[in-house]
Amino acid sequence: MAYKIVSSQCTSCSACEPECPNNAIREKDGTFVIIASKCTECIGYFDDAQCVAVCPVDDTCIIDTSVPRYEAA
Amino acid sequence: MQSGKTAEEIMQEVAEHKGCGTSGGSGKASCGSSAGSGDLAPEIWEKVKNHPCYSEEAHHHYARMHVAVAPACNIQCNYCNRKYDCANESRPGVVSEKLTPEVAAKKVLAVASTIPQMTVLGIAGPGDSLANPAKTFKTFDLISQVAPDIKLCLSTNGLALPDHVQEIKKYNVDHVTVTINMVDPEVGAKIYPWIFWKNKRLTGIEAARILHERQMLGLEMLTAEGILVKVNSVMIPGINDKHLVEVNKAVKSRGAFLHNIMPLISAPEHGTVFGLTGQRGPTAQELKALQDECEGEMNMMRHCRQCRADAVGLLGEDRSSEFTVEKIMEMEVEYDLEGRQKYQEAVEAERQKESEAKHAELADLSDEFAGVKMLVAIATKGGGRINEHFGHAKEFQIFELSTQSAKFVGHRRVDLYCQGGYGDEDSLETVIRAINDCHAVFVAKIGGCPKADLKAAGIDAVEEYAHEFIEQSALRYFKDYLGKIKSGEIVHVEKGDATIRQGAFTQESAAA
Repeated sequence: MAYKIVSSQCTSCSACEPECPNNAIREKDGTFVIIASKCTECIGYFDDAQCVAVCPVDDTCIIDTSVPRYEAA
Repeated sequence: MQSGKTAEEIMQEVAEHKGCGTSGGSGKASCGSSAGSGDLAPEIWEKVKNHPCYSEEAHHHYARMHVAVAPACNIQCNYCNRKYDCANESRPGVVSEKLTPEVAAKKVLAVASTIPQMTVLGIAGPGDSLANPAKTFKTFDLISQVAPDIKLCLSTNGLALPDHVQEIKKYNVDHVTVTINMVDPEVGAKIYPWIFWKNKRLTGIEAARILHERQMLGLEMLTAEGILVKVNSVMIPGINDKHLVEVNKAVKSRGAFLHNIMPLISAPEHGTVFGLTGQRGPTAQELKALQDECEGEMNMMRHCRQCRADAVGLLGEDRSSEFTVEKIMEMEVEYDLEGRQKYQEAVEAERQKESEAKHAELADLSDEFAGVKMLVAIATKGGGRINEHFGHAKEFQIFELSTQSAKFVGHRRVDLYCQGGYGDEDSLETVIRAINDCHAVFVAKIGGCPKADLKAAGIDAVEEYAHEFIEQSALRYFKDYLGKIKSGEIVHVEKGDATIRQGAFTQESAAA
């Protein structure tokens, strides 16, 4: 799995973008999106997912259950 | 320039709109309070004399603009909700469009060319300026190249401040505002649900303690560099209202220049934690009492309009809708530094006249009634004159009169507000509630009906000083009033409390 951003909740504040250790966050059509193939859920970098920790709106950066869980190499 | 208008036509409109085509005057800083230039070191006076947020007197004449280049924030406050963005709404943290540094620089040129009294460019969010350091400093860099006469300032919650003091200095940012709501982490824990610090979200007292330590360190570092610091505090009754006296002492002892205590904005429809939990804001009397209590310690700012992070114009007005990205991209702008300087010289001459008129009037007041004080409300559209019709006023400026001074002590919003639940109320009742603590209201013109209704509420509507200077006129009225007390014609009575309306004026709400 990876994280995804609920676009209807995203305020487009950009706080998550520079915090992502995988450079997996991009602005797209006025809100931000996470490129699932790049997201490691911050495993190997930080204890907490950085996008979740910095996002000003609760439940906006959430686990994307449609992709397989990330596994550290 | 804008569609089909010449620069001269726009300048003329600006001058008429402001009532400052003929305008000017210096003489005193009134830095938030009424401290004169004589009370300030010359180098400080030079920094604040045309900064509308740092000098109460300057705010009648000079305009500011904010550019919304800093959307991200590194903390959460219970009075802030960035999700809700109504174009008709005005409060910190709200903007209509985010700008890149390049577009922001273009916007500054467009505004500076249209509004020659625009002297200050601030970055105030809508998030935290220093949580977006690359965008904030890139913007300063671009503006300092194209418009070197414009003062740069920023506001911050302080968490990242110690990391950026050198860069702030490098760009000659000589005014920084730090929002400090507490010096006790236990109080802070009730205001800040979390901070983002060293790659973790921290909560509770630990979060508030780190924020407090960073704020104090940042404040000390700025003042050590000679950078003027204004401290903003949000007054939250029952949470930090009494505590703000301690905050005031703490920031003064660390060299802060000016303290701005603002009322909490907490309408439920804004969706903030305080809005949803029913936390109330202070009344006008509560706010003034706290400001008065702190004033013995340091300069207090009372003219803050709690403006949006993309506000443009004099404080109390917002012309941001004239300068949307779409509109500025169509403007052909030529930066006329000389024209701006000439305009500002005229403003200074008018300020000088205004100040002299006031002092002449004060010299004439005897000390027999030294204990008598009264508040009066003024309808003005800028320039330090009574030049607005009662029915057109979006706000009233409040002055406290005594035999010692005519002192600006606040302002009251009275424009209809899109979602505040006030839409159906009688607008005259709104005005009366907002200026209920005043003995008189000074206007350029007023109709017979509202005049009679105001009289019934104990408020004298005064038209005879239309287009005259505010302070000189108010003092003349006060002298007459004292004369009537002396002759026994009237008895001085204290007035009641008044309501603080939330937010500030935007053009859309006026048109609605």
